[in-house]
Amino acid sequence: MSIDVQGLTKKFGDFRAVDDVSFRLEAGSLSALLGPSGSGKSTLLRMIAGLETPDAGEIRLTGAEATAQSARDRNVGFVFQHYALFKHMTVWDNVAFGLDVRKAPKEEIDARVADLLRLVQMQGYERRFPSQLSGGQRQRIALARALAPQPKVLLLDEPFGALDAKVRDELREWIRRLHDETHVTTLFVTHDQQEAMEISGKIIVMARGRIEQEGTPLEIFDKPATPFVAQFVGETNIVESVVSAPELALWGPFRFTVTGPAVGARVRIFFRPNDVYLSSNPETLQVEGKITRSRFRGPLIEHHVDVGAERPVIAHVPKGVSLASGFDAGRRVWVGVTAFHVFPVDPQ
Amino acid sequence: MSTIFAKTATLGWGPFWEVVSAPRVVAAFRLTFGASAVAASINTVFGLLVAWVLVRYSFPGRKIVDALVDMPFALPTAVAGIALTAVYAPSGWIGAPLSKWGIQAAFAPLGVVIALTFIGLPFVVRTLQPVLESTEPDMEEAALTLGATRWQTLRRVVFPPLIPALLTGFALSFARAVGEYGSVAFISGNMPLKTEIAPLLIMTKLEQYDYAGATAIAVVMLVISFSILLTINLLQAWSRRWTGGK
Repeated sequence: MSIDVQGLTKKFGDFRAVDDVSFRLEAGSLSALLGPSGSGKSTLLRMIAGLETPDAGEIRLTGAEATAQSARDRNVGFVFQHYALFKHMTVWDNVAFGLDVRKAPKEEIDARVADLLRLVQMQGYERRFPSQLSGGQRQRIALARALAPQPKVLLLDEPFGALDAKVRDELREWIRRLHDETHVTTLFVTHDQQEAMEISGKIIVMARGRIEQEGTPLEIFDKPATPFVAQFVGETNIVESVVSAPELALWGPFRFTVTGPAVGARVRIFFRPNDVYLSSNPETLQVEGKITRSRFRGPLIEHHVDVGAERPVIAHVPKGVSLASGFDAGRRVWVGVTAFHVFPVDPQ
Repeated sequence: MSTIFAKTATLGWGPFWEVVSAPRVVAAFRLTFGASAVAASINTVFGLLVAWVLVRYSFPGRKIVDALVDMPFALPTAVAGIALTAVYAPSGWIGAPLSKWGIQAAFAPLGVVIALTFIGLPFVVRTLQPVLESTEPDMEEAALTLGATRWQTLRRVVFPPLIPALLTGFALSFARAVGEYGSVAFISGNMPLKTEIAPLLIMTKLEQYDYAGATAIAVVMLVISFSILLTINLLQAWSRRWTGGK
C-alpha cells in the first residue's frame, strides 16, 4: 500500500502549482506534506486522490498504475479540511455511505459502522446530524467515513485546520494512535510545522510547487537542506555575512566557521534561538551583550540580546533557567551559538 | 381579508353553498388549482435545470440568460398574456406546428398551464440559485472518493439538500399561479366550464355587482390555498430536520 509519485506536474494557466514532484511513501507509513499556503501541497494530495488531473507524471498506489483511474476506483480515503460530511444524513448514514454505494451486504455494513464508531469513540451519536456535532466530533466522523471502505491509503487535507488549539492537540494524538492500530498508509497536508513534527515519521517540505526536502522530523529540524527549510521549520535567527578568510565569516562579534563557500562569497547564516546559549559569566568563545527585551512564552523566555551588531540576537532560554540566572531586560550576559547552518546567497 | 369573510357571512350557509358548488364555479376551481399544480411542478423541474446551469456552468451569454429569468416579474401580465396568445394561437409560431399535431394550446386548458408556467418560473430559479451557489464541491468530491457513481452522488448527496428550496420554489410558484389573472385572461379564451379560471369568475361576479358571490369564491380559494401552502410548509420543515432546528 505504498504511494509512488513520479514527475507529477499540475499547471493552472501559467502557474505551476505542482512542478515535477517525485517521492515514495512506504506501506504503513505516516507522513506529512508541509508547506506554506500556495506551495502546491493540497493540489498534490488531490492529484493522488484523483480529484485533480495531473498535466504530467505518474501516480502508483500499491505499485499499480493509478494515474488514469478515476477517484471512485482508487480506493483512497480522503478527509477534507471542512469535514464535507453529508449534512442531510445521520452520523450512521454518513459512515455507511462508502459501503452502501458499493452494495455491501447489510450485516457487513452494520458491523463495520459499529466498529468504526467505536474506534473514533462516537458510539451513541448514530442518529445525530452533523449540525448537532462539534468540530472535533465532525472530523472524527469524517475520518470514520473515509476508513469505512477499507481504503489502501488515507489522505488528509489540513484535517485540523478548522479546529481550535485544544481540540487539535487531542485529534493529533488520536490520529497517531489510530494509525498505530490500523496501519493504513497515511499522508496528511499541513502548514503547521509543529503538527508535522509531532505525528509523522517522514516530512516532505514543499515550497512553490517543488519539494525542498524530505526526511525524518529530526533531519528536517537539525539539517535543513535549503534556506527555505531552515527558516520555515522552527524559528531562526538569519544574518548575512561575507566569507572574509578561508572558512571564516564574521557577523558582529561572532566568528562562524564556514566550509564550502570561497573567500568573498556572500553567505546567509541561520541559527535557532534554542541554539543560542546565554550565561551570566564570561566563558570561552563567548561574546558580551545586553538583553534589550524579554518576552514570556510559557515554557521558555525569549530574550533579545544586543551584541553590537546590526540587529539583536534572539535566544530561547527555558523559563526555570532564565529565572534562576536572573536574565531580564537590561542585564549584561555572555552569548554563544552552539549550532548554525550556512547557505550561500544566490547572486542576483 | 376579514372583510372578505364578513361579506361572505351576509350570504348565510345555504346560498353560500349554492354559489360555490355551481358547476361553473367548481370547474373554475378545478382548472385554477389543477393548472397551477401542473405549472408549479413543471417549474420545479425546469427551474432546477435553469438554476443548475446558471450556477454550475459558465457559457457566453450566461449573464443575459440570468437577467431574462426575471422577465416574467417585470412584464405586465397582460402583455405576457397577449404575447403568449399570439405565439400559441393556431396561427402562431408555436401554435401552428402544435395544431398540426392536433394539439390546441391557446384557448384550451393547456394554454392556461403555459401562461402559469411562464409567470412562475423565476420563483423557483431565484429560490434555488443561492442554495446551489452556497453548496461547496466538497460533498460531491467526498462521495466520489467513497466510490459513489455520478448518479448515486446526484441522487443521494446533491439532491436531498435542495428539497427544502425546491418545496419553497414550488409553493411560491403555485401561489403566484393561483392568483394569476392578467395573462390567463387572454390565452384561455375564458369559456365557462372549460377554460374559465376562478379569479376571472370573481371579476365577472364583481362586474355583475354580485359582491357576496364574488367573496364566497374568494373565501374558498383562500381556504384551499392556505391549506396547500401550510401542508407544503410542514413538508419543508420535515425535509429540513437535519439542520437541527436552525
